[in-house]
Amino acid sequence: MSRTNVRKVRRLIQGNEAVVEGALAAGCRFFAGYPITPASEIAELFAERMPQVGGVFIQMEDEIASLGAVLGASLAGAKAMTATSGPGFSLMQENLGFGCIAEIPCVIVNVMRAGPSTGLPTSPAQGDVLQARWGTHGDHPIIVLAASSVWDCFTLTVEAFNLSEKYRVPVILLSDAIVAHTRETIELPDPGTLKIVDRVKPTMPPEWYIPYQDNPTGVPPMAAFGDGYRYHVTGLIHDVRGFPTQRVDEITSFMSRLFRKITQGFQEIFITSGFMLEDAEYAVIAYGSVARAAKRAIREARDRGIKAGLLQLITLFPFPKRTVQGVLSKSKGVLVPEMNLGQISREVKRVNECMTKVYKLNRIDGQGIKPQEILAAILQMWEELK
Amino acid sequence: MKKPITKLIHEYLRHDKKFPHVWCPGCGNGIVLGGLIRAIDAVGLSKDQVVLVSGIGCSGRMSVYVDFNTLHTTHGRALTFATGIKLVKPELTVVVVMGDGDALSIGGNHLIHAARRNVDINAIIVNNQIYGMTGGQFSSTTPYGAYATTSPYGNIEHAFPISELAVVAGASFVARATVYHAQLLEGMIEAALKKRGFSLVEVISTCPVQYGRRNKLADPVAMMTYLKENSVKKEKADTMDPKEIKDKFVIGILADVEKPVYMEDYLQVKEKSKS
Ligand SMILES: Cc1ncc(C[n+]2csc(CCOP(=O)(O)OP(=O)(O)O)c2C)c(N)n1
Ligand code: SF4
Repeated sequence: MSRTNVRKVRRLIQGNEAVVEGALAAGCRFFAGYPITPASEIAELFAERMPQVGGVFIQMEDEIASLGAVLGASLAGAKAMTATSGPGFSLMQENLGFGCIAEIPCVIVNVMRAGPSTGLPTSPAQGDVLQARWGTHGDHPIIVLAASSVWDCFTLTVEAFNLSEKYRVPVILLSDAIVAHTRETIELPDPGTLKIVDRVKPTMPPEWYIPYQDNPTGVPPMAAFGDGYRYHVTGLIHDVRGFPTQRVDEITSFMSRLFRKITQGFQEIFITSGFMLEDAEYAVIAYGSVARAAKRAIREARDRGIKAGLLQLITLFPFPKRTVQGVLSKSKGVLVPEMNLGQISREVKRVNECMTKVYKLNRIDGQGIKPQEILAAILQMWEELK
Repeated sequence: MKKPITKLIHEYLRHDKKFPHVWCPGCGNGIVLGGLIRAIDAVGLSKDQVVLVSGIGCSGRMSVYVDFNTLHTTHGRALTFATGIKLVKPELTVVVVMGDGDALSIGGNHLIHAARRNVDINAIIVNNQIYGMTGGQFSSTTPYGAYATTSPYGNIEHAFPISELAVVAGASFVARATVYHAQLLEGMIEAALKKRGFSLVEVISTCPVQYGRRNKLADPVAMMTYLKENSVKKEKADTMDPKEIKDKFVIGILADVEKPVYMEDYLQVKEKSKS
C-alpha cells in the first residue's frame, strides 16, 4: 500500500499525541476510553480535542463499556476508536468479537506494557501480539498493525481507519510504552493531502437494501442507524438480512465471506518496509520500537562488512507470509528480536518451511531491546553461518 | 384513538423475519413487547427514529422481531452500545431491553453508570427473576429462598431491588410495573419515552418454564395471579408500614426528576472548547 509522503506543519509530539492527530485527520469523531498507563494521554487529548472538532469524547466505566460505546457509535455512522493497554485490552475481547461478526469498523489502539496482569505498568513490551490476533473467541478475521515511531503512530492510525472502513473490520494498532512516550518532531501532512477512506453506504432505496448480501468485494454497504435503512445487527451468525440462522448453507457462506473479504485485500493490507534488504544475506525481521533499534544495528553490521538488512513488519496480521518467505528464501539466517518470548518468531518459523535458520532474541524484563544487543546477535549468527 | 392490534402488528413487526418467535407459551416477554409497541405508537415516533438495543437472553431476542433500527449486543453490554449510538445521533430515540441477569448481574456496572451519567436512554428491564435462556439458574433478582437449577436447596443470595437501585444511581425517571398490569406498563413506557434523561421501566415478568415450574407457579395463570396479588401501588405503599411491603412489588412511578442530561451538557462542552 502506498503510504502518504506529503509532510507539512512541524511539531514535537509524543507517539500517543500522534495517534490522536492521525485519528482526527482520518475523520474519527468518537472516542470512548478508560484510563490506563501508558495509553492515558490519548484519552486526555481526545477529551480536549473532540469537542473542538464537533466530535464526542466519553470516559466510560471500564474497557468493556468503552468498546461497546465505540461499536454503537460506529453503527450510528461515526468513525470511532478507543485506546488501552494490556489489562484493558483483555477486557475488550468479547466486544471485539462482536465487532468482527457484525462487521463494525473501529480502531483499537493497544499501547503495550509488560504483563501478564498488572505486570510492569510503565515498562514497554510486545506481549500482546498473539492476543491481538487470537484474543477473542472463535475463528475471526482481524487486522493488526504495529507502530515503531511517532510518525508511524500518525500514519498508521490513518491507515487503521482506512482499512477498518474499507473492510468493515476492527483494526488493532499496537504500539508500546517506548513508541507512545518518545517525543519526536514530525511534520503533520496537510489534511487535504491524506488518503482517507470512508465506508461504503447503501445508495439503493431502503426496501431493496439487504444488509449482509455478498458482492464481489465481500464487503456489503453499511447503513448508519437513523438513515432510513432499518435493519438488524446481531452477534449471532446471521443470514443476509441479519437474522439469526442455523442453516449450514447460510452459516458457511457468511463465515467464508468474512474471511474472503480480507484475503481478497491482502495486497493492500500487507504493509512491510525493507531497509538495506536488497543484497542482505542476514536478515532481521522486527516490528514496533525494536525495528528502530534493529536499523541502527544493521548499519553497524554493514560497517563491519556484514550484509545485514531489516524487514520491518507493519502489518502483523494477517501475517504477510509471502513477503516474509521472500526474505527467508534468500537469507543465510534470520533474526527475530522481540519484547516477548517469541510471538512473531513462531509465525516466522511456521512459514519458514526449512528454508533458512531462524534465530530469536527476546526480552521480557520491561526493557527495550538495544541496538548493541541486536548487533551482537547478528554477529553471532554471522559467526555461525559464514 | 388506539389502533387495533392487527394494525399495530402489521406496522411494527418485521414482515421479512421468519416467525414463529422463540418464546415459550405463558412467557411475559410478549406482553412487554406489546406494551412497548403501543407506547411508541402513542408517542408517535417514526420507525426510522427508533433504535431498539437489546442484551442477551430470552428478552434480548425482542430486537429481532420489530421493524426499527435494531441491535442485539453482547450479554450485559447493551447500555454501552446504546450510549455510543445516542451520543452520535442524539435525535434518535434509543430503547434498551434487557433481562434481569443481563442488566443487573453481568451488566450491573453499566446500569448504574448509565443512570448516573443520565444519558437520554430508555431502559426496560424484563425482570423474570431468573436466567431464562440458559435454563433457570438463579439471577441477582431471584428471591431469597427460591429454587433454581443452581440453587437446588433454595437461594441463599439476596435480590437486588432494581428500580430503587436506579433511583439512587441518578436516573431521571424510574417506574415499575408487572406484565399483569399491562395498561400501567404501557403508560409507564410512554412516560419514559417522553422523559429527557435516563429512564428505567422495570417490568416484573413471568417465566413459568424456568422459574414457575421450580417454585410452585408452573401454571402461567398462577404466575399472573401471583403478580396481581403481590403488587402494591406506589401511592398506597407510601402509606403502609415498610414491613408490610417487604416482599411486595411496589408499582408505579418511583422517581421523576429534572436534572442535567449528558448530551445537553456535552453541547456546552463543545461551545466552551471553541472559545
Ligand atoms: C459473557 C456471557 N456469559 C454467559 C452467557 C450465557 N447467557 C446467555 S443468556 C444468559 C442469561 C439470561 O438471563 P436474563 O438476562 O435474566 O434474561 P432472560 O433469558 O431471563 O430473559 C446467560 C447467562 C453469555 N451469552 N455471555
Ligand atoms: S424460558 Fe422463561 S423467559 Fe425464556 S421464553 Fe421461556 S418463559 Fe420466557
